[in-house]
Amino acid sequence: MAERPIVAEPVAAPFREPSPAVTSREQRIFVASQWQLMWWRFRKHKVAVASALVVLGFYMVVLGADFLAYADPEVSEAQRSLMPPQRVYWFDGWQFAPYVHGVKGARDPLTFKRVYRPDPEQKIRIRFFAEGFEYHLFGLIPTTRHLIGVDAGLDPNKTIFLLGTDLQGRDLWSRLMYGTRISLTIGLLGVTASLVLGVVLGGLSGFYGGAVDTVIQRTIEILRSIPTIPLWMGLAAALPREWTVLQVYFAITVIISLLGWTELARVVRGRFLAMREEDFVVSARLVGCSRRRIIFVHMVPSFMSHIIAATTLALPAMIISETALSFLGLGLRPPAISWGVLLQQAQNVQTVAISPWLMIPALPVILAVMAFNFLGDGLRDAADPYGR
Amino acid sequence: MLAYIGRRAVLAIFTVWAISVLSFVIIQLPPGDYVTSYIAQMASTGSVVSDEEAEALRIQYGLGQPIYVQYLKWMRQIVQGNFGMSMEWRRPVTEVIGERLWLTVVVSVAALILTWVLALPIGIYSAVRQYSVGDYLATFVGFIGLAVPNFLLALVLLYLGFVLFDAHIGGLFSPELQDAPWSAARVWDLLKHLPIPALILGLAGTAQQIRIMRANLLDELRKPYVVTARSKGLPEIRVILKYPVRVALNPFASTIGYTLPYIVSGSIIVSLVLGLPTVGPLLLKALIAQDMFLAGTIVLLLGVMTVIGTLVSDILLVWIDPRIRLEET
Repeated sequence: MAERPIVAEPVAAPFREPSPAVTSREQRIFVASQWQLMWWRFRKHKVAVASALVVLGFYMVVLGADFLAYADPEVSEAQRSLMPPQRVYWFDGWQFAPYVHGVKGARDPLTFKRVYRPDPEQKIRIRFFAEGFEYHLFGLIPTTRHLIGVDAGLDPNKTIFLLGTDLQGRDLWSRLMYGTRISLTIGLLGVTASLVLGVVLGGLSGFYGGAVDTVIQRTIEILRSIPTIPLWMGLAAALPREWTVLQVYFAITVIISLLGWTELARVVRGRFLAMREEDFVVSARLVGCSRRRIIFVHMVPSFMSHIIAATTLALPAMIISETALSFLGLGLRPPAISWGVLLQQAQNVQTVAISPWLMIPALPVILAVMAFNFLGDGLRDAADPYGR
Repeated sequence: MLAYIGRRAVLAIFTVWAISVLSFVIIQLPPGDYVTSYIAQMASTGSVVSDEEAEALRIQYGLGQPIYVQYLKWMRQIVQGNFGMSMEWRRPVTEVIGERLWLTVVVSVAALILTWVLALPIGIYSAVRQYSVGDYLATFVGFIGLAVPNFLLALVLLYLGFVLFDAHIGGLFSPELQDAPWSAARVWDLLKHLPIPALILGLAGTAQQIRIMRANLLDELRKPYVVTARSKGLPEIRVILKYPVRVALNPFASTIGYTLPYIVSGSIIVSLVLGLPTVGPLLLKALIAQDMFLAGTIVLLLGVMTVIGTLVSDILLVWIDPRIRLEET
């Protein structure tokens, strides 16, 4: 999404002979490995560290989506359409025992809208590690335990909807958990594909230079001057309607990454160009190392950190692209659940004005994009521990 | 200088060609063609299209020929100013697109101008008063601007407008002037409706320009010539505006090249949310109906528009940056 200012080229730190009076702290810095130095530097960027934790949290949700969800995301019930989020009461008297009130739905005789009223008489206790629908934890272990739930086996009217329900009466919280799984993995897959394209083409461009470089650079310039959304829309609209969820998922990933590799290629090329004339690369060449050895043993490790940073910074664009496409109805299609698919229900202002909770899926999008941006910033600053 | 502009122009022509091929390929990609979707559409309303009729339609629109022939035919028509017929609307594409394209241009350019108008003073302020409350505020708003996808921003603003002011902030015209002929009142109405879409589209760009402006100006302000100017007793405002700002201004022009595609891209989806009468909603509909000439023309025109904008920014850059103007190549 965002173009970032180009990082200043590293200034070679003047090498000082460690004087006998150096403190142990300085000594530690002298002998520390590159990755150790990066970690020390990254640790100082507090916002980036916090963002790293947020990102980690998101991927925990990806892994444990079924555990965190308490309702089957596909079970719909017309009787519970557009139910507002239920208020959770944490204490019953003085005892910690979270519960929600039961909800009675009725049709307004004037507007024919379904209105829901909490029923203070009825307390539905929220249980931890409760029984729910069956799933495979991490795709392996069959279980029915969920983080929260209501007493199993009771009457079906006793339900909880932490974030309310959508038009079809499906639980938004549970759908959000599954949506997170798809939105974040599609970003990860897309960025991996872009990375492969970017490293190969950027590497070729930077290593060989000359005509290869010119062709690749011009191609990048052309791709970058095309407005991407119309192009994505066109490509996504071309996907056959009868494709399965999985096929569409991979096709969308490919489409997003086809246009997203240019920035990564630019970074890789820049590093290759900067590195080609470095002393250690020249000496490796003079010693007679093979080209492959120079690239993979000498060059790649020294700019690995830059690539990781650039990849992190490319992720938000991937997430936004998928969300935008699905929001338009051209990306993932139901029954697939992603943030964009969830937001599709919030498309018109009339619906949103009546049921504002349908906009909740926008929050994780914004949070994830911010977290990846800050994390990427921190990583980029740390990527060059010898600079500045 | 001429060599530089010439190089950019050649690249622009290549880009236009690439866009034309891409937009044509996209439209060819979906399985089936206009006739298949036409048949499906007719079937849903209860009428049946016979095989002969379908064949006649295919021949009429030249759908049976090899793809490169169709492409060349399309290109030849475009050069002659004929963009073909919109098969869904049964009217010439130019007529269907009509003023929507110009409104897209107006919205995009307004967003670009707003980006500069906001980013320039805020960027200068942030650099001159580094680490002040205002600087932090600008940085914070900037991060929000970068992180919130513009269509979500549009959605949230639309909702807030609806809930807080009971007003519909979408659209580009008041209902009574929606289809009115152009007049001073209509232009004024357009100008009144423009700031919100322009702000939504320009926010990410603004955030980024503020950061660039701030970083560049901070670099410049530390240079000896600034110290010299100050020690000679020039008023502070002149010290800052005369040279450092002019040097730091450079990226404003040089980044149009990718700010503009981004804004144009965003305008499509934001238009859908806000209900703006630009080409965005038309493109979505055309793609869903597989109305190939219409969709193709829109993607092509958007691309060409962006390329022209980029070329203009390149020329602008030559004008403001003597390093490029005087470069001998």
